[in-house]
Amino acid sequence: MHMRTLIRIAVIASATGFASAAFAASAEDFKAAFDKAQAADKQAAALHNQWTTTESELKKAKAAADAGKFDDAVKAAQEAEALANASVAQSKEQEKLWPDAVVR
Amino acid sequence: MLRKLLIAMAIVAGAAQPLFAADATSDPKAEFKAFRDYFTKRFPKVALDDFVNGPYSMDEGLRKQWKAIDEFPPYEFAVEKGKEMFATPFKNGKSYGDCFANKGVGVRQTYPQFDLKSGQVITLDMALNQCREANGEKAFDYTKDDMAALTAYMAFTSRGKAMDIKIPDDPRALAAYTKGKQYFYTRRGQLNFSCASCHVQNPGNHIRTEVLAPALGIMNAMPIYRSAWGGMGTTSRRLRTCNSQVRGVPLKAESEEYRNVEYYLSYMANGLPISGPGARP
Repeated sequence: MHMRTLIRIAVIASATGFASAAFAASAEDFKAAFDKAQAADKQAAALHNQWTTTESELKKAKAAADAGKFDDAVKAAQEAEALANASVAQSKEQEKLWPDAVVR
Repeated sequence: MLRKLLIAMAIVAGAAQPLFAADATSDPKAEFKAFRDYFTKRFPKVALDDFVNGPYSMDEGLRKQWKAIDEFPPYEFAVEKGKEMFATPFKNGKSYGDCFANKGVGVRQTYPQFDLKSGQVITLDMALNQCREANGEKAFDYTKDDMAALTAYMAFTSRGKAMDIKIPDDPRALAAYTKGKQYFYTRRGQLNFSCASCHVQNPGNHIRTEVLAPALGIMNAMPIYRSAWGGMGTTSRRLRTCNSQVRGVPLKAESEEYRNVEYYLSYMANGLPISGPGARP
């Protein structure tokens, strides 16, 4: 999938996150969102292409959950997942595209 | 968050379109020539040997500042410390010199090397730590302080010597070179930059206040005193900083990727003089 498409999906996912934040999230909601984000981040780590912003959002999510702010925690976890997915997509795309940039 | 994603999207949308045909195979000799031709044609007024001076070869104002700073080079203390460390025997009586050709003097230009026994790229930094461990000493941190001092001294003893990197006739060596090239040209981090985005496509241009250095000869100045760090740093430290600057999580110092990209870039700099240790803004 093209990088731009992935980023558009990430933007939509992020917007959905904003909408769902209108409903009070629970600890279980946070755990589900956080697990998904961590799984995506694990894929990025395997490709040696984690983004610092993903790590920041994961930390933010954990801190919010620890403070009992589950709406914020879910939102940050969803953002982390979107970023991690974009980094994975970037790696997969670059696997094919990097030779195009080589000076010849 | 939305802003961050939009930034990434804007960068992807605005990214330069491919300039060259896709081909993941490697022909080091041909690529060496193409790489050199690219920089010399793009910067016809820059003397070939001057590329090793990085941003100072690109910007006259910066060059004047550097010349003034170089009267009292900020890396001088590291060179002195490294010299003393280098001459101090290990507990077993042996010394660093025993681990290197020519007792370690004037050999920096031959690193990184591809080690046929272990099948991997060995940088000077790695060779120094291997030397320490073989003599019962603990390895140093790969990013700064002691390692930066030792490599600063060794670079100093090689100043002016032409980079001399060999790719042995072994498919593993060619694979390491190719992986280094791949790392160099692969976009990464949220800002979607490759090493080449700055150092091939934009040398001489500014990113904020920094003047981007050309990739040609970029390893010849290592290690460097970087004003932004307020101290010395090794090649690994610089690569880790580059990763962070594009919002990528840095790899482990002296990881395979970093060693391979150093191998690739050093090969591209063959024949250019060692200028390290360097000083950078």
